[in-house]
Amino acid sequence: MQYSSTPILQYFAMAVSSLFAAATFHPDSLSGNFFRFCREKPLGALAGGLLLVMVLAAVFAETLATHDSIRTDAEHTLARPNHAHWFGTDNLGRDIYSRIIYGARVSLAVGIASTLLGAVVGGIIGIVSGYFGGWLDLMTQRIMDILQGLPLLVLALVMTAALGPSIGNVIVAISVPIIPRAQRVIRASVLAIREFAYIEAAKALGVGHLGIAFRHVLPNTVGPFIVLMTAQFGSAILVEAALSFLGLGVPEPYPSWGRMLSVSAAEFAQKAPWVVLYPGSAISLVVFASNLLGDAIRDKLDPKLRGA
Amino acid sequence: MHIYLFQRLITAFLTLFGMSVVIFVLLRLVPGNIVDILFSSAGFVNPTAKEEIARELGLDQPIPVQYGRWLRDIAHGELGKSYRYDIPAWQVIKPRIPVTAELALLALLVAVLLGVPTGVLSAVRQDSATDYLLRLLSLAGLSMPSFWLGMVIILLLVSWAGWIPAMTYVSPFEDFKAHFLQFLFPALAVGYRSSALIMRITRSSMLDVLREDYIRTAWAKGQRERIVVFGHALRNATLPVITVIGIEFAFMIGGLVVTETVFNLPGVARYLVDAILWRDYPVVQNLVMFIAIVVVLANLTVDLLYGWLDPRIRYQ
Repeated sequence: MQYSSTPILQYFAMAVSSLFAAATFHPDSLSGNFFRFCREKPLGALAGGLLLVMVLAAVFAETLATHDSIRTDAEHTLARPNHAHWFGTDNLGRDIYSRIIYGARVSLAVGIASTLLGAVVGGIIGIVSGYFGGWLDLMTQRIMDILQGLPLLVLALVMTAALGPSIGNVIVAISVPIIPRAQRVIRASVLAIREFAYIEAAKALGVGHLGIAFRHVLPNTVGPFIVLMTAQFGSAILVEAALSFLGLGVPEPYPSWGRMLSVSAAEFAQKAPWVVLYPGSAISLVVFASNLLGDAIRDKLDPKLRGA
Repeated sequence: MHIYLFQRLITAFLTLFGMSVVIFVLLRLVPGNIVDILFSSAGFVNPTAKEEIARELGLDQPIPVQYGRWLRDIAHGELGKSYRYDIPAWQVIKPRIPVTAELALLALLVAVLLGVPTGVLSAVRQDSATDYLLRLLSLAGLSMPSFWLGMVIILLLVSWAGWIPAMTYVSPFEDFKAHFLQFLFPALAVGYRSSALIMRITRSSMLDVLREDYIRTAWAKGQRERIVVFGHALRNATLPVITVIGIEFAFMIGGLVVTETVFNLPGVARYLVDAILWRDYPVVQNLVMFIAIVVVLANLTVDLLYGWLDPRIRYQ
């Protein structure tokens, strides 16, 4: 519909396809044991199903939305939830249900893309610093300490302030605070993997450093990588919501969940609670589902961390 | 102990130095320089006035010199001028510090009072209905945007009590009760989120400790549950909890940025957002540095507490 020429769909397609690539990369735990996962972790499986529904809603937004998400309607402002407007309308008469459906596209795409970007960049830095060690590792660790030391939202705020508001910049801004967290997790697992006998065997066979790091070490970090992605995805959605709430996130006219809660909308909250209740519930539900799924996957892949 | 203290101080200093470089470089990524932005928002262009401001800001100097001057100014306690208010930035920031500090401490108190007991209870009753309920509640806390939780709290207060806390700042000396209520609800919204992390780490750390031999010994000699759990187990389980509280403190400042906006409290975190929106970059740079200093000091305090609580750490 109205966004066919925007970069959102491209980001989204890119993000989803890479996620599937990551999933099929490790067939054992994600497709082969799918049914066992559902039986042992029903809550996690339920959460995964919920996330899938949200992603499908975002992909098929054109079909699912009942109204144009950005068209204003001066005659039906702040309408109560009713037959025509399931979740009511906002102060400009825009249909909140349709905005949430289209907002899912923006919020999920930004969440997935920024998590992937941060996790991949952080992961590569983690593999290199963990594998080679020495002063390179020491330097990287200090830089990561510095990045992690600054509050997540403050760092993202400064990044968007510096880069200016656009979807691409928001994605970069949210991904930067993820880098040190990803680097730390991947580095720790690389340090453990490095000591295994098969790495020594590969070395003895004359495989080069890069070959070992990316062909032998990398595939074994997929477990922690997936755990990390689900955990960071939730916080990326929350940071996007906060940035958009403050007016520094995804720019108009894209409806994003955070923007729907922005200061201007909040002014009408007392007169029309549905203006803030539904978008906020959408955010909370997605983050809750991703946290639940993340916990379940972590329990499966890394029993040592159970219950942490 | 002195060597440990010294090492920690050096690390903190180096981290701050690194942070100052990161902040400085990040804000230099702005397309065009600060003067252009100031002038584009002011709406007129006068080349001589522009050059004059550039000189005043030191923007005609090379980047390393600018950086050096900034550090020197900070060391002298000069935080530059706010272009919005046309007064020194420090005068704008100073009255706002107690507001943010009060909110942060109150939220931290809420987080600890909520997180530690629920974490202990959850660990002691592992895999029971109580445990699952508490874990779901804490996960819910991690999932809700704290600013949205703040809005929902306000809405609930309106519909249940027909009352909302004051939306303009009330000084504690004027009306202490109104002041306290005004801070209590934002502190609850922010503290709930932090309590979730504290609860999770308390639970897992308690689970580890409860499996130790000396706990079994305590049970075997017929010690009462209250003493085993709180006297023996919790004492040794607090170290990871304290680390998380330190980390949470940094996160909380991020959370305050939005919460202060929702509850319209005139704090430092709120001013950061305003300064960014007004493109008051000299103030943004200094405020972020100020936040960085607070965070590093909080982490340093945690490290020192850690060394004091657990004597083994000093000798490592």
